[in-house]
Amino acid sequence: MSVLVNKDTRVVFTGITGKSGGFHAKQCMDYGTQVVAGVTPGKGGQVFEGSVPVYNTVTDSVSQEGANTACVFVPPPFAADSILECLDAGIELIIAITEGIPVNDMAKVKKKLLETNARLIGPNCPGVITPGECKIGIMPGYIHKPGTVGIVSRSGTLTYEAVWQVTSLGYGQSTCIGIGGDPINGTNHTDALKLFNEDPDTEAIVMIGEIGGDAEEKASEYIKEHVKKPIVGFIAGTTAPPGRRMGHAGAIVSGGSGTAEAKIAAMEAAGVVVAKTPSDMGAALLEAWGK
Amino acid sequence: MNIHEYQAKQLFAQYGIPCPKGAATSSKDEFESCIDSLGEGLIVVKSQIHAGGRGKGTFTDGFQGGVKLAKTKEEALDFANRMLNNTLVTVQTGPAGREVQTIYFTEGADIEKEYYLAILMDRATSAPVVVASTEGGVEIEKLAEETPEKIFKAFVDPSIGLQAHQARNIAFKLGFEGKQAGACANLIFNLYKMFWDTDADMVEVNPLISTSDGGVSALDAKVSFDSNALYRHKDIVAFRDLNEEDPKEIEASKFDLNYIALDGNIACLVNGAGLAMATMDIINHCGGEAANFLDVGGGATAEQVTAAFKIILSDPKVEGILVNIFGGIMQCDVIAQGVIEAAKAVSLDKPLVVRLEGTNVEQGKKLLADSGIEITSADSLADAAQKIVDIVAAS
Repeated sequence: MSVLVNKDTRVVFTGITGKSGGFHAKQCMDYGTQVVAGVTPGKGGQVFEGSVPVYNTVTDSVSQEGANTACVFVPPPFAADSILECLDAGIELIIAITEGIPVNDMAKVKKKLLETNARLIGPNCPGVITPGECKIGIMPGYIHKPGTVGIVSRSGTLTYEAVWQVTSLGYGQSTCIGIGGDPINGTNHTDALKLFNEDPDTEAIVMIGEIGGDAEEKASEYIKEHVKKPIVGFIAGTTAPPGRRMGHAGAIVSGGSGTAEAKIAAMEAAGVVVAKTPSDMGAALLEAWGK
Repeated sequence: MNIHEYQAKQLFAQYGIPCPKGAATSSKDEFESCIDSLGEGLIVVKSQIHAGGRGKGTFTDGFQGGVKLAKTKEEALDFANRMLNNTLVTVQTGPAGREVQTIYFTEGADIEKEYYLAILMDRATSAPVVVASTEGGVEIEKLAEETPEKIFKAFVDPSIGLQAHQARNIAFKLGFEGKQAGACANLIFNLYKMFWDTDADMVEVNPLISTSDGGVSALDAKVSFDSNALYRHKDIVAFRDLNEEDPKEIEASKFDLNYIALDGNIACLVNGAGLAMATMDIINHCGGEAANFLDVGGGATAEQVTAAFKIILSDPKVEGILVNIFGGIMQCDVIAQGVIEAAKAVSLDKPLVVRLEGTNVEQGKKLLADSGIEITSADSLADAAQKIVDIVAAS
């Protein structure tokens, strides 16, 4: 068992004829993911890698190939439109890898998203992987191993770091979810924790956050109330200089939160074992899990 | 991206947002004509730098105040002459301060009362929010903590934009009445239009003032923009002032590298913002201090890695380098090739610790091992951080 994606997931890649879209679609196919279609407007009728049909629209990929999940790989100026197209086509799970989408575009996407039952992961994220079954995104597949640890993170490469430590200790992952580093995302820490908490095959959880916003504080409230599974955390940015990229008035809306200290304190108060350094995530997991 | 106050006021004028009449120049020869264009009365002389706290700042030659009120033209000229090309130190500039290269002259305002007004994107609701307070000219963070009841907010539905009644509600909550309430609502409405149209990160008017003739006016302006949206705003990009940026950060931006200069002596080159921050954290944990934040991004090329190396090595404080790559999009052999090319191009003479993991890691490690360059390799992040801290401490 796993969450979000498995061996039956039927994936359409938007932007499959682009350089990185094509590279990663191929990597996902090699991992065993069912990539059933690609979409590039104007390139409908082409065939990707000798087997994957390319369509002009996402709707065609749904009606012709039964795609139920999309991986969005189009460049930033067109990415919000691609996500909205997936919503209109009835795609249930949209995983947006694209980095650099204007925040105003995402505000409009988020508004529309909340009117549907679809789920968006990202943008600006590494994607989602259920080891041994389905990889949708840009993570290196070989560091993962099927198992029972659920991992959720705002940072791509820090997720790999956590995955690698868990795998090196001899354990595996149920599913790893990269929720992305943008200020507006489709799925937050709390949403991902709910999925893991309700998944019978996820035994322990790793949650990785970073400075800015209050998603980790909100998640800590959820953990306190609902999560009985062992859970470890890490927050990046303890030594980040204050004031950079954190707007002056941003502090009003989020109150005193947003700092690494506030997040770590909230997580510890909720019973999360917080790793002191990114290299200690594996050791913290063993401690929390009693292994 | 940040812009200067006088540039923000140009945008305000385009959007019909009332503010005191003003004129800016970088040339001493134009001081008089700027002042003459304002008409009679008091003149405010304002240093233009991106940092806040200008009014309470001090110039490095001892001259007090980056914003001065002059009673006469002669006094205004004297202030401007002392400010231009002088270095202003404020609470936000750091001890080095910033050189003032532009002076902005404005008419003195007839201030009845000061208010606070800002618009920004609220992460929690994924929507723009208008924030206003009856307490203007003060630090808003302090106000939010001590007297949150004095702060009013209006959340905006991004698909339909700010509605007139929301702007009116804020104006009434601030205590405006009659025609002045209408003028305030209009200002808020236009400010939102500007915020949305220009893809601003934040627009802050502190203070917003009411005037005794029944008007409202934006006395100060602080505006920053979403850098991801600059591709669709060539007019805003034209406002960029390279004098306000670290030369290393400018160079980095040319190569799409995310670089921030810091105070330590261990340079780091990392892929991914989260891992880059965590790498700084662990260097600190091991007893060292990072010289920079550098995220080479997801799809870096050998050329970008070479540029990244040149940038971190141009910092004279750097005594050692830590390369930490966990390859996803970024392939380890590409990084290795970049490291080798860069090390050769700059004839590297600083200790270098490299930790590679991820896609094509074996090819990457082999390239480094065969390169003939002196590299300490590390197996884990902790191992890498400890090695570079120890090497730098011993040298």
